[in-house]
Amino acid sequence: MARYLAKRIFYLALTLFLIASITFFLMKLMPGTPLNNQAKLSPQQIKVIYEHYGLNKPVWQQYVNYILDAAHGNFGLSFQFSDQPVSYLISSRIGPSMQLGGQAMIVGVILGIFVGSLSAIRKNTWVDGTSTFISILGISIPSFVLAILLQYYLGLKLQLFPIADWGGFSYTVLPTLALAASPFAETSRFVRTEMVDVLGSDYIELARAKGLSRMGIVWHHALRNSLIPLVTVIGPLTAAIMTGSMVVENIFSVPGIGEQFVKSILVNDYPTIMGVTLLYSALLCAMLLLTDLVYGIIDPRIRITGKGE
Amino acid sequence: MEEKMKLAPDAFEPVSKKEALDDEKIVAPSRTFVQDAWRRLKQNKASYICLWILVVIGLIAFTSPITASHPNESHPNYANLPPKIPGVNINGLNGTSVVAGKRVDAYKQNNVPSKVHYTLGTDYLGRSLAQRILRGTLVSLLIGLFATLIDLIVGVGYGVVSAWKGGMTDIVLQRIIEVISSVPNIVIMVLLMLVLKGGMLPIILAIAFNGWTTMARLTRAQTLQLKSQEYVLAARTLGESTFKIALKHLLPNLSSVIIIQTMFTIPTAIFFEAFLSYIGIGIQAPTASLGTLISDGQKNFQFLPYQMWYPALMLSVIMIAFNILADGLRDAFDPRTARR
Repeated sequence: MARYLAKRIFYLALTLFLIASITFFLMKLMPGTPLNNQAKLSPQQIKVIYEHYGLNKPVWQQYVNYILDAAHGNFGLSFQFSDQPVSYLISSRIGPSMQLGGQAMIVGVILGIFVGSLSAIRKNTWVDGTSTFISILGISIPSFVLAILLQYYLGLKLQLFPIADWGGFSYTVLPTLALAASPFAETSRFVRTEMVDVLGSDYIELARAKGLSRMGIVWHHALRNSLIPLVTVIGPLTAAIMTGSMVVENIFSVPGIGEQFVKSILVNDYPTIMGVTLLYSALLCAMLLLTDLVYGIIDPRIRITGKGE
Repeated sequence: MEEKMKLAPDAFEPVSKKEALDDEKIVAPSRTFVQDAWRRLKQNKASYICLWILVVIGLIAFTSPITASHPNESHPNYANLPPKIPGVNINGLNGTSVVAGKRVDAYKQNNVPSKVHYTLGTDYLGRSLAQRILRGTLVSLLIGLFATLIDLIVGVGYGVVSAWKGGMTDIVLQRIIEVISSVPNIVIMVLLMLVLKGGMLPIILAIAFNGWTTMARLTRAQTLQLKSQEYVLAARTLGESTFKIALKHLLPNLSSVIIIQTMFTIPTAIFFEAFLSYIGIGIQAPTASLGTLISDGQKNFQFLPYQMWYPALMLSVIMIAFNILADGLRDAFDPRTARR
């Protein structure tokens, strides 16, 4: 176990190092400069600005400095906001993003488990048909379309929730719903397939033969066993929520990482782009590692060994 | 002593050929794999309907360079006209819009000649929304199809090589996939789009860049199973070249996995195109794509909802149809996963 963990953490570090390097050189390849109106600046001014941001050093030195700083959690200064460190920008904005992402994950997964199992228990009935259709809608309708529709109809027309900005809990409802659609749909499809499998197995047959109630069978035997593989979709769901957050936070003006990322992309704020890229990758890697560990613990049939799969 | 039996040839009578055949006659026509899958797909009503919806959308989109030849022609005098279909008097399709709480005829207000009408209205530059949606659909479909094609070629090739070679090659190739898939794909796409700048080819490359890993994984798993089959062994014993074995024995048996995965990749690619264009780093103005149309329409959604509704509807219908069709194809090609 310890050996496995050490190996995985080594790979995680290697992956992040590769990503940091690739991002760095991609940013160096990018056309355009971070200067807003270069034509109006004198060569001296440009020189001062470049010195300030460390852009005058040779590329390899910038690279070494960047990697060393990044390892210490320092991603340089943002070009966009005068002299704000990227790490501060991230840490001050991570709260709303985490809250929205977490809420969306919880809401989506719980609703998905409910709808998915209902669909499996009432398989091939109108209940199944309706839930399958709803989850297809959840997968198919892009998050930005859903977000705009929610904002307009629930926010503006019905005045149920604030349409934008960031205040209390009520401000989080609409963005959470928009973000939760994709985890909900994925979970419900996944749970349905697993549950149908489990419900057809011998031990369910045995439980029925023993005379257990229908609810008892579903609750004690079917649900638990069909939820174990659900752990494996946590990684993809995290990635889906990240993708969604970039547009949903923008639409609802949530001061989060996703909104900042899109803004930085549009104004060539390289240090911020690189910092957020690393953050997103680290988060996904950590989630994937967590998935494998948790899966090994809750399902004893999966053995974690030091060897590759 | 027993009496020897004397048998002359003419003591035998041939069984009538017809009789023997009747016993073993196969009544149902024998079907190939594809025919069988097609038959099962047709039984799945929802998928079958979606297939035809997609065929129709595809036809309309691919003929749009002829039918919608002026998607960028702007008429500033005709800006923001609501949809109008002559002879139809339903609010929303009769050229009226609600201004300050009252429903007015926008065409009369703007002094538009009575013979001019826009089926789906116009945008803020007076460009025909119908034409732009058609051309946008074409762009989105093309990007989806080409990105999927790259996924297909790279992914299948990579998967087959990885499984066939095995050993160290396999380990290294799989590590590469692991690294690529542990980066959120939207981040890779954004970075590539920033370096390559907008346009169709960069988007296709950016979407394909990490889309192929799933295909490679599936192909590898399937090839590992096929590799140990007797007919593959027989082909190797007979001295068939590796390339020919891959082409003649592996690919046909991989086809169902490949087709199913392809059908799930196309809507994903279309989604990412719309996503990139929506946040402003995908297709650049004045070219229309469903993503840019939704992004433009969103700005006026409160007052001119049709500008976002129609492209959003088109995008959603395409995505839904592809997803339902993919589900149906999965059940058709692999009856084991069908609803039990």
